[in-house]
Formats: sequence, C-alpha cells, structure tokens
Amino acid sequence: MIDTHFSVETPESIELHLIPAGPVPRILAYSIDWTIRMLILLVCSFFLSSFEQLGGGLYLIFYFMLEWFYSVFFEMLRNGMTPGKRRMGIQVVHDDGTPLAWGASVLRNILRAADFFPFAYLFGIVSMVTSRQFKRLGDHAAGTLVVYRPQPKDKITLTEVGTRPAPFLLEINEQQAILAFAERSDNLSPSRQKELADILKPLLPLEGVSASEERVSEIKKIANGIIGSHTTTNTTNTTAGRS
Amino acid sequence: MKQQTFESLYHQDWQQLEDALLVTEKSTFLPWKSRSLDPELPQLYRRVCHHLSLAQQRRYSSYLVERLNDLVLRGHQQLYQRQSHFLQQLIRFVVFTFPHQVRQHMAYLWLAALLFYGPALVLYLLVSVQPELVYSVFDYAQVSQFERMYDPTAAHVGEDRAAQGDMQMFGHYIQNNISVGFQTFATGLFFGLGSVFYLFYNGLILGAVAAHLVNINYHSTFFPFVIGHGAFELTAIVIAGAAGLMLGHSLVRPQQQTRLEALKTMSLKALDLLYGVIIMLVMAAFLEAFWSSNSALPALVKYSVGGFLWLFVMGYFAFAGRRVWN
Repeated sequence: MIDTHFSVETPESIELHLIPAGPVPRILAYSIDWTIRMLILLVCSFFLSSFEQLGGGLYLIFYFMLEWFYSVFFEMLRNGMTPGKRRMGIQVVHDDGTPLAWGASVLRNILRAADFFPFAYLFGIVSMVTSRQFKRLGDHAAGTLVVYRPQPKDKITLTEVGTRPAPFLLEINEQQAILAFAERSDNLSPSRQKELADILKPLLPLEGVSASEERVSEIKKIANGIIGSHTTTNTTNTTAGRS
Repeated sequence: MKQQTFESLYHQDWQQLEDALLVTEKSTFLPWKSRSLDPELPQLYRRVCHHLSLAQQRRYSSYLVERLNDLVLRGHQQLYQRQSHFLQQLIRFVVFTFPHQVRQHMAYLWLAALLFYGPALVLYLLVSVQPELVYSVFDYAQVSQFERMYDPTAAHVGEDRAAQGDMQMFGHYIQNNISVGFQTFATGLFFGLGSVFYLFYNGLILGAVAAHLVNINYHSTFFPFVIGHGAFELTAIVIAGAAGLMLGHSLVRPQQQTRLEALKTMSLKALDLLYGVIIMLVMAAFLEAFWSSNSALPALVKYSVGGFLWLFVMGYFAFAGRRVWN
C-alpha cells in the first residue's frame, strides 16, 4: 500500500506495471521546459525585431503557440515526452497505459490554466499530492498519467561459479529472495553482502561453512542452482544471454 | 523449466521484438503521416506476452520479469495506439462533429449565452440611463483609452494603433482572445464557477463599453467595428463558457458515475466544443485585424457583411451536420 506502483491489465490478460512520477521530477521537468521556452522566445524576439510590425505580430502568435501548445507538440512528436520530461525520464500516457493521443494531450495542456490557479500551479500541486497516482487537475479530466519511462537495463550475469543444492526444499518466495540477493550483489559492498548473509545463518544452516565470505559465495551457488545453470562457467552464462 | 533453459529457448524472440519495436518507435507519429508497423510485431508481441505470464507464474527472477514487462509495455504502446488522420478528421469536424456537438449540449449553450448577454444587456441599459455608471466599471484611464480606440476621426479603429499594423494586431488578438477562451473553459473545472465568472465579467465589459460609446456618440465607429468579427468572437466565448459549464456540471452532478469518471467522460465531449472555439477565434482574429479595423469601408458595407456573418454562424449551428457524415 505504501508504494505507488500501479498495474493495468491488457487484452492479453497481462498485468503491466507503471510507476507514476511524483511532483518533484515533474516540477523539475517543467522548469527545464520553461527555460527552453524562454530561450526560444528570446531568440525569436531577436530575429523578429528586425521586421517591425510583421515581426511583432508573428512574435505574439509564436508566444501564444509556445504558451499553450509547446507541450502538446512534443508530447505528440516524442511519445509523451517534452524535452524536460525526457531529461527526467518521465512520460505521459493514458491511464490505461496506452500512449497519449491528441485529444488527451490538448485537454491536459489547456486545463493547465486551472492547475495554475490561483498562482504558481498551487491547485495542480495540491491535486497531485492528494491523488494516488499524482494526477493534476488536467490529468484527471484528460485521463492521463505521468509515469517513469522504462529504463534499458544491462543483462545481469551471475558471476559465481558452481552450484550447490539447498540444504532443504526452499519455498518459492525463499528461492526468489536468494536469487534477488545474487542478482543485486554487484550493487552491494562486500561487507553489506556478508551482513546480509549472516542474517541467514540460523535459517539456512550450511554444512562446513563458517566464514562469512564463504557463506556469501555458497548462497550465490544455491542461486545458480535455482536459476538452472548446471555447467556454469562464466562464459557460457554470458553467451547464453546474449547470442 | 529452469530459468536459464527458458531464457536460452526464447531470448531470440525477445531480441526480435526489441528490434522491431526500435524501428516502430523511431517512425514518429505525426498526425498527417501513417506509421510503419512491422507486420511481425503483433505475433511477436503476443508470444512475449505469453512468456511474461509464464515467467511471472513460475516466479523467475525479478530481473527477467522486469525485462519482459518492459518489452510488453513498449509493444502495448505501439499496438494500442489511437490512430488518427488529421485532415480527414478536420473536415469531418467542421461539417459534422462541431455543429452536432453544439446542438447536443444546447442547454449549456443557452445558459452560457444568458450568463454573457444578460449582464451585457443590463449594464448597457444602466449606463445608457446613467452615463456616469461607466466609471464604476472602469477607471478613468481605461475609459479614455476606449474613447481613443473608437474615435471617429482616427485612421484606424479598434485598438490604440499609434504605430501598430494589422499584422501586429492579428497576433495580439490571437494571443489575447484565445487565451481568454481557454481560461473561460479551463476554470470550469472549479465546479463551473470560473466559467460563470469569465462569462459574466466579459458580458459586463461589453455592455458598459457599448453603452458608453453610444452615449458619447461614437456608435458610428463602434458598431460597424464589432459586428463583423463579433459573430465569431462572441459566439466562441459563449461556447467556451458552455464547455466549461459542462465540466462543472459533471463534477456537481455526476449521476451514476464517480465524480472523476464523470469528469473524464464529459471533458472529452467538451474538447470537441473547444476545438471549434479555437477555429472560430482564429477566424475572428483575422476578421478583426484585417476587416473590422479598416475605416475606409462605408458603414453600410460593414453592417451588411456583419449581418451576413451572424446569419451564417447561426445557420451553421442550426443546419450543419444534421446528417451523419462519414
């Protein structure tokens, strides 16, 4: 209940997991977009000032377009991402996980005027923090959602060599915990790994293992057994994943 | 089946799907361009969906499940896109959808028109009878600005145009009027109150200005000026207000749905009105900048063209789009 993960069921009966983005990345993305808009206007006024009346008229039209349709333009062209959102790794989608269509994009960006009310997006921010999926008013009306974009991940390879049977039959969630430990161990310092492995000492008695380092590597071997790498040298492991 | 066997059996499918997705995602989806979709994609996608549910059910490692989830998510995004053809939709919108939707929500239109023209009429009568009342609506500087704008001896009517050309004014009308239209619509989210306020407020201004200019005998410039673009501009503001009232009404009285669901359904309908408002306000800005402000034309021409435009707008909403158009 604490995390904000949100899942959508597709027609294929698959559950997709989306992670709504909170106010902070969205405000940062907005600031980036705002800066870009101002820079564009600055460049425009510089060029258009040499055309007098025609330039003045064009400038106002341009100003209008940027103010209301800058986000629509990029959200449609760039798969729900304005430059600021792209930088922050977030993206606008419909709340059923499908990509943003014109109607919803126009709606959520025109209703910005209501979010801005009474000043500095106060209503929008209040609406965001009080809604479970961080929707501002425009998102509620347009049925849209700002989510974190899936990040490409590197292939994880288990570097430990060899397997070892678990001392007793492990439940499925226990297996998952051990596997997760092995997969995450690259991001953990050796001492943290030992600390975690020691917690398992009373639960998972391993014969002939006393030192903590040894325990770490033996747990990783059990993980190898769970994932099913029998012959397991480092190289076969990698090629199986990539080729 | 152990995870590693599973991976080595199917990783080719995953790679293939990823490659196909990369190609499709690169082809941007501009409204006037059709996307290139890999013919293999749907099949691959369905297969990987199957792999994902297997992986979830067999509790393979979270890394694998996540990777498949991301692939499926991206595939889902490409396959379930709402397709649109811009030009075709635009034509359909103008000849059918817009007038049809306006008629569908006529009650809101009447209410918005009342909220706009009602105060305008009341203030017009009040200021006609009691000319000083105009100073309780505007301060002295604003009144004298209006007087300058519609001074019959000026070369250009409509705005303070010491050094401003038609093009400059066109930009100004686009920026200012459409923003007002959007605000009138958007603030309808506050249970309709914002739209009511903007309609009422703009009605007051219209009534007071008109009456004051008649009082000081400037009607020979004011009415020929506003009649032409007014057909589009005033109607568009009323429609924008009506669209805002629709949002408000769905929140106040959501009927069988939750408030948020009702708002979502209603705002899609209101969006159709809003598109029409944009089109009408662009036309109004064009007329206001290049036609209404031209003081070389005799008043009679302006009145007859203006009258025709009002008839045209009314006729459009009365008769266009009566038959379903494909």
